[in-house]
Amino acid sequence: MEKLSGKQLEIKAYEARLLGLDAVHTAASGHIGGSLSIIDTLTTLYFNVMNIDPTDPKNPDRDRFVLSKGHCTPALYPVLSLRGYFPKEDLKLFRSIKGHYSGHAEMRHVNGVDMSTGSLGQGLSVAVGMALAGKTAGKDYRVYAACGDGEIAEGQIWEAAMSAAKYGLDNLCVMVDVNGLQIDGATKDVMPSEPLDKKFEAFNWNVIKVDGHDFDALLNAFEAAKACKGKPTMLLLQTTKGKGVSFMENNYGWHGKAPNDEQYEQAKAEVEAKLAELEGK
Amino acid sequence: MAGKIATRAAYGEALVELAEKYPELVVFDADLANATMTKGFAAKYPDRFFDMGIAECNMTGVAAGMAACGFKPFTNTFAIFASGRAWEQVRNSIAYPGLNVKVVGSHGGLSVGEDGATHQGNEDFALMRAIPGMKVLCPCDGHEMKLAVEALLNYDGPAYLRLGRSAVETVTDEIEGYKFELDKAALLADGTDVTVIATGIMVQMALKARQIMAEEGVSVRVIDMHTIKPLDGEIIAKAAKETGCIVTTEEHNIIGGLGGAVAEFLSENCPTPLVRHGVNDEFGRSGTAAAVLEAYNLTAEGICEKIREALKKK
Repeated sequence: MEKLSGKQLEIKAYEARLLGLDAVHTAASGHIGGSLSIIDTLTTLYFNVMNIDPTDPKNPDRDRFVLSKGHCTPALYPVLSLRGYFPKEDLKLFRSIKGHYSGHAEMRHVNGVDMSTGSLGQGLSVAVGMALAGKTAGKDYRVYAACGDGEIAEGQIWEAAMSAAKYGLDNLCVMVDVNGLQIDGATKDVMPSEPLDKKFEAFNWNVIKVDGHDFDALLNAFEAAKACKGKPTMLLLQTTKGKGVSFMENNYGWHGKAPNDEQYEQAKAEVEAKLAELEGK
Repeated sequence: MAGKIATRAAYGEALVELAEKYPELVVFDADLANATMTKGFAAKYPDRFFDMGIAECNMTGVAAGMAACGFKPFTNTFAIFASGRAWEQVRNSIAYPGLNVKVVGSHGGLSVGEDGATHQGNEDFALMRAIPGMKVLCPCDGHEMKLAVEALLNYDGPAYLRLGRSAVETVTDEIEGYKFELDKAALLADGTDVTVIATGIMVQMALKARQIMAEEGVSVRVIDMHTIKPLDGEIIAKAAKETGCIVTTEEHNIIGGLGGAVAEFLSENCPTPLVRHGVNDEFGRSGTAAAVLEAYNLTAEGICEKIREALKKK
C-alpha cells in the first residue's frame, strides 16, 4: 500500500474516530477517552509504519502490534476495519453478544488483532516475547505495543522493561499514551508515574518524547525508533484524552463512558466538521 | 523396580533429549534453573534458553508472546509461583488466547520440605484446573514424566505440568500394558474391593498401600491419574461400578484438586462412597520431605487408613 502523508493520515484518524464513537454509542458502553488519545498513533502505525497485509493477517514475517491498554478497542477496531481487516458494519457488533467484537482486544475472532489483551500490565511482556521470538528465529519483523500512563503503575511493566533491555530488543517499539488521566482521576494524583523519560532511560531504553497528535512528528519518531540499534525504544506520546471531541477532552469522566444520543450527535458533528475542514470542503 | 529419580530430574533430561527433534522448543526460567533442572538445557542450548530473573509474571507473558510467533515455550519455576504468583497471566495471556505454552511447576506439594509453607504449592491443581482449557498433569515417576513431556510437545495448547522435588521409585516402566496417553489415566494394578486414584508421588505410596491391604485380605485397584484435567471419567465410572468405593490421594489440598475433581465426577455421574486423602486444608511447615509427609499423614499407611474408612462406607 502506498504510504499516506501526514494530512491523509489525519483524515483517516478522524474517519476512525467517527467509527469508534458510533461503536461505543451503539453498544452504550466502551472506553472512548483513551481511544481518542491513541487513535492518531494507531492510524499512523497501521497505514504508514507497519509491514502488514490485511489479506494475509497471519503472515509469520509481519510486524506485530499489541494493545496493552486493551480497553482502547474503540480505536483499534475502527483502524483495523479502515485498513481492510473486516467490514466497518461489523463494528455494530462491538461489545454485543451477537458478535465476537469483545470489549477488550481479542485475537481469536477479530481479524488483525495480534494479541488478546485487557488485563493491564500484561501486554508489554507479550510484545517482549514476540520481539524475542523474532530475534531467536532470525526474522526482521518489528513489534509495537501501546500502554496507558495509568497502566505503568503495574509492576509487570517494569519486569518487562528490564527483560527487553537485557535482550537488546531493538525490534521493539513501545508507546505510552501519556494523556495524564485514568479512571479515578489525574495520573499524577492516583499514582504519579513521572518522570517517565528518566525511568525508562534508567532501564536502558531509547526514549523519545513526541506529540501524539502530530502525524509528521509521529512518523519521524517511528523512523528514529527503527534506526536505534541495541536497545528497545519507548515513545512517550504527549496526548489529550478525548482528543477531537471538545467536551470529552481532558475529562477523566469520559474514560469508560458512552455518550447518550445528544452527546453522540454533538461529538459526531464536531468530528465531521473537522473532517470537512481537512478535506477542504 | 528400575531405580529412583525425581520427576524434575527426568523432566530436565527430557528437555535436552527432545531439543533436536523439536526445534520450536524454548525454555524459560525465573532464576531457579538449578532447582527446576532446566540447567542442562540451558548449557546445551543457550540460544533457546531465557532466564527472566525473579519475575514470574513477565516470564509467563513473554512465553505467551513467543508462542504467538510459533515457538513451543516451557516456563519453569516452583509450582507455588507458576500457578499462584502468575495465575492471572496464565489465565489471560496464555489460556484465554489459547496459546501453546506449557507452564511447569517444579517442587509441587509438601515434599519441598525444609523451605516450608511459603514454598509448598498445595493449591496448584485447583488454581490451574479452574482455568478454561488448561490441561493439568502430574506424572508419578521419571519414565512417565518423559512420556508426558513429549506428549505435551505434540499438543498444541496450554497445559500445566507439576514436577516433584524428591527422588521417587520408577514404577511405570515395569508395569505390563502400561501406555501413556494424554487425558487417559493408567490402570497400574487391578483390584476388586476398593480403588485408589492417585497422582504424583502418591502413586508409589498407593502401590505400597495395596500390598499392605492385601495382607488384610483387601483387594485394591490402583489408578495413576497423571492427567487431572481433563479427568478420565471412563476409568473412574468403571472403578466405581466394579469396586464400590474410592479413595483419592494427592500431595495437594483435598479441596479443588484430584479429590475435588473425582468428587464432582462421582456425584454427578455415579454416586459412590469416596474418601479424599491429601493435605487437609492447612499450610505445611519445614522439615525434611519425608518428615513433613509423615507429619501430614501422606504415607502408604495414611492411604490404608482412608481405604479402611472407605470400605466402611460401602
